[in-house]
Amino acid sequence: MDAHVAQLQMQYRNYILSLYQQGFLDDQFTELKSLQDDGSPDFVAEVLSLFFDDCVKLVGNMARALDQTGTVDFCQVGANVHQLKGSSSSVGAKRVKGLCINFKELCEAKNYEGCVRCLQQVDIEYKTLKAKLQDMFNLEKQIVQAGGIVPQVDIN
Amino acid sequence: MPLDGGVSCLRRSEMIGIGIGELESPPLDSDQVHVLAVDDSLVDRIVIERLLRITSCKVTAVDSGWRALEFLGLDDDKSSVEFDRLKVDLIITDYCMPGMTGYELLKKIKESTSFREVPVVIMSSENVLTRIDRCLEEGAEDFLLKPVKLADVKRLRTYLTRDVKVSDRNKPKVPEDLSRFSSLAMVTPPPPPPPSITSVKSSSLEEIVSSSPPPSESSISPVDSPIRRMEMRSPGLD
Repeated sequence: MDAHVAQLQMQYRNYILSLYQQGFLDDQFTELKSLQDDGSPDFVAEVLSLFFDDCVKLVGNMARALDQTGTVDFCQVGANVHQLKGSSSSVGAKRVKGLCINFKELCEAKNYEGCVRCLQQVDIEYKTLKAKLQDMFNLEKQIVQAGGIVPQVDIN
Repeated sequence: MPLDGGVSCLRRSEMIGIGIGELESPPLDSDQVHVLAVDDSLVDRIVIERLLRITSCKVTAVDSGWRALEFLGLDDDKSSVEFDRLKVDLIITDYCMPGMTGYELLKKIKESTSFREVPVVIMSSENVLTRIDRCLEEGAEDFLLKPVKLADVKRLRTYLTRDVKVSDRNKPKVPEDLSRFSSLAMVTPPPPPPPSITSVKSSSLEEIVSSSPPPSESSISPVDSPIRRMEMRSPGLD
């Protein structure tokens, strides 16, 4: 086997494992990967792209809701958090989902400073995940371009 | 999240392939199971569609209870209007949706003459026993905890055959025990500790507000090259 391909594949495997070990991804991501096949080779990329669109939109909504001078509509913030929690759960974005769980409680408690801090964390977190996954997709492309196939990574 | 047209945004070829824009698509194969999926989240709609298509179902996905009723022809009071019965073998709906909840949609379906026999499955991210009971008592066939997995959808197929549909469905839907919903008893894991990532710049609230699109701007456009779209947006890591 081509040494370059083997090296890329190992790099890819280690990278994926690290994403799980560091808590970026959970088994729902594994589930999504298992739904991808030769007939739908871009399925995971497509779903994640929509998820990150969601993040931009919902974070924007929450920021605007929290930016109000005067009364903040915590129900509105909470509704957006609920949506983000749902979609992060559906794609296996474990850390984003975890932050949303905290965030929901802060909304219910109408904790303004807590909500603002949490929103900033959510913003950092989804952008970090996006960069990590971009690196993952780039590695996949490199493997394919080098003539190899993207390995299935066994998480367990 | 309402979208223009109210149906999932997919590539045109995919849309026709799964029966959206049903006036243009070929008539449904009578042997193929047709599922109506209802969820206000686009991400969840795409995922449930994929899960259903993998299990060889034809899927129509809509983003609200109202659109579901519209699709079924139940949205007006002209209930006496006869038309060729739309073939829907299963309705799967999210519980928490703005406007009309999945529970309310379930009730309307069970009140209709045309579709009360169609099994309705509720999906929810929240494991609330009273909610589950309510839905089952109202006639829901099953209750799936999100995130939905392929194994859940495969299980649904066990009651999608014609044989099951003609079986005695007048029995009350109160389950004898909830053991088959054992997956629902899982405790939500505690949230992870905050990450110590320093490579992404921390944004102030003002920066987040100014960098995000205003609500009126459509954030969904037909997906052409998802990887390329991601590359265009993300600064990547240093």
